[in-house]
Amino acid sequence: MIHMEYYLIVSTIMMFAGIYGFVTRRNLLAMLISVELILNSVDINFVVFNRFLFPEHLEGFFFTLFAIGISAAETAVAIAIIINIYRNIRNIKVKSLHEMKW
Amino acid sequence: MNYTDILIYMRHEVTLMAIIIVLFIYDLAAGRRGRSRFSAVTCCLLLLQTAINIIPVQGTAELFGGMYVYAPMHSAMKSMLTVGALIVCLQADTWLRRDDTEHKRGEFYILTLSTLLGMFFMIGAGNFLLFFIGLELASIPMACLVAFDKYKHYSAEAGAKYILTALFSSGLMLYGISFLYGTTGTLYFDDMPARIDGSPLQIMAMVFFFSGLGFKISLVPFHLWTADAYQGAPTPVTGYLSVVSKGAAAFVLMAVLVKVFGPMMTQWQTMLEIVIVLSITVANLFALRQTDLKRFLAFSSISQAGYIMLAVIGANPIGMTSLVFYMLVYMAANLAAFGVVSIVEQRTDGKVSMQDYNGFYRTNPRLAVVMMLALFSLAGIPPFAGFFSKFFVFSAAFRGGFHLVVFIALLNTVISLYYYLLVVKAMFITPSDEPVPALRTDTGSKIALALCTAGIVALGLASCVFEGIDALATGIW
Repeated sequence: MIHMEYYLIVSTIMMFAGIYGFVTRRNLLAMLISVELILNSVDINFVVFNRFLFPEHLEGFFFTLFAIGISAAETAVAIAIIINIYRNIRNIKVKSLHEMKW
Repeated sequence: MNYTDILIYMRHEVTLMAIIIVLFIYDLAAGRRGRSRFSAVTCCLLLLQTAINIIPVQGTAELFGGMYVYAPMHSAMKSMLTVGALIVCLQADTWLRRDDTEHKRGEFYILTLSTLLGMFFMIGAGNFLLFFIGLELASIPMACLVAFDKYKHYSAEAGAKYILTALFSSGLMLYGISFLYGTTGTLYFDDMPARIDGSPLQIMAMVFFFSGLGFKISLVPFHLWTADAYQGAPTPVTGYLSVVSKGAAAFVLMAVLVKVFGPMMTQWQTMLEIVIVLSITVANLFALRQTDLKRFLAFSSISQAGYIMLAVIGANPIGMTSLVFYMLVYMAANLAAFGVVSIVEQRTDGKVSMQDYNGFYRTNPRLAVVMMLALFSLAGIPPFAGFFSKFFVFSAAFRGGFHLVVFIALLNTVISLYYYLLVVKAMFITPSDEPVPALRTDTGSKIALALCTAGIVALGLASCVFEGIDALATGIW
């Protein structure tokens, strides 16, 4: 059987890859993908903890289900907003969102 | 638990949900003429909702096996948020009558009330799952509201910045919650404290959780989205974002920190000390150099968030009372300020910079006086409510033994007085060749501004308000 630690290593790598990507990517869609990595790493965490540590309850599984649903809703709204930006300025580079700063 | 319990203890949520459904149907069924009365209908329904729920049910309760908890303080907070939403709806009417937003008027009200419903669930949550759902219900429609003026470049840009930071922050928060779950094996607020021992993993989880909520309250290391989202969003939405959304998040943060993370109090108090000092100082320094009034109010609201956290840090019941009182006063003052900004922006085709307000008093004396009262209250000048709310917050933190933080916050009040007075100076003293013409204010905005002004003047002097809130501050923990 695969130990819990290996799952956690994967989820931690995903989490910090997501944070790194969110900070460094210069394209709104790439940033959105990075955030999805973060959210999915959380889902792995919940499932792993539930499966290995507290198999008698289902709280972690349910939390994951809700988290997946809600992150899908968030992504839908984010993509709608990004499409709207594209229609306005024909570009989704972060560099071109410089109208407001400081 | 039976169904009458739901009707008694969840009446805020049930009535609000009913209003949302009614508005949905109204939006479909009412014709063009009916829709022009949308604002009046919404405001009447919200007023009715406030009237039904204003008197809190005594005693505490748990519904759905502890998923949802009720305490009188929750009810008071929810009523307060409803009044805030009502004032925003009153202010939004002029903006929604414009040609490009007219056809989506119904959406605005339904989205606003959905976020309000999310905040109610967030406040009433007794479990991290319901808390998370409430938080997301509060922030996803909020992103739609920020990007509401979709043909305006600013609004779209602000919406993108808001939704991406909201996603990122909820990701961080979930990561924290997942480790809390891993170390304690439960998601219920009530069961958690017994299993929290302050291990490094739990401290990390707490920091992640705190940073997630810190984004929503816009405390300083997490504030970078605030100014942009506030500037780009339509002004009534900015008012809503700065007051109602922030108030709910601050209340929940205090409840969770004290209730769930109680055993780790020394750790989070150290963290809060740093965050408070940073929030107040950095936001004040940035506010000094703003020329756009909406950005200026954004930075002012970040520093106000720092003051609100002063109520949290003491972790005592008086802190909870002063937090709710602070929110009430802040709501009156900030909504008045945004109300005036909104009127000027709508009637002059988008004038929001500080120079536009030169000589404002000559042409619009009443609006100028309301703005002045609001800014005085935000700065905390004695006869107005802002002074009393700041005083209670400071005394709550002082009682907790955080003398240095209170001292720094006091110094910062002086700095903040300078930049608030800059606006007052522009309105009253600086002459202008082309001042804003005399503006006609619509009835809704008039009522909203009158309510806010009454709040600014009366809330501090009528001691029954603070005592009334204090009497409710039982059974939260």
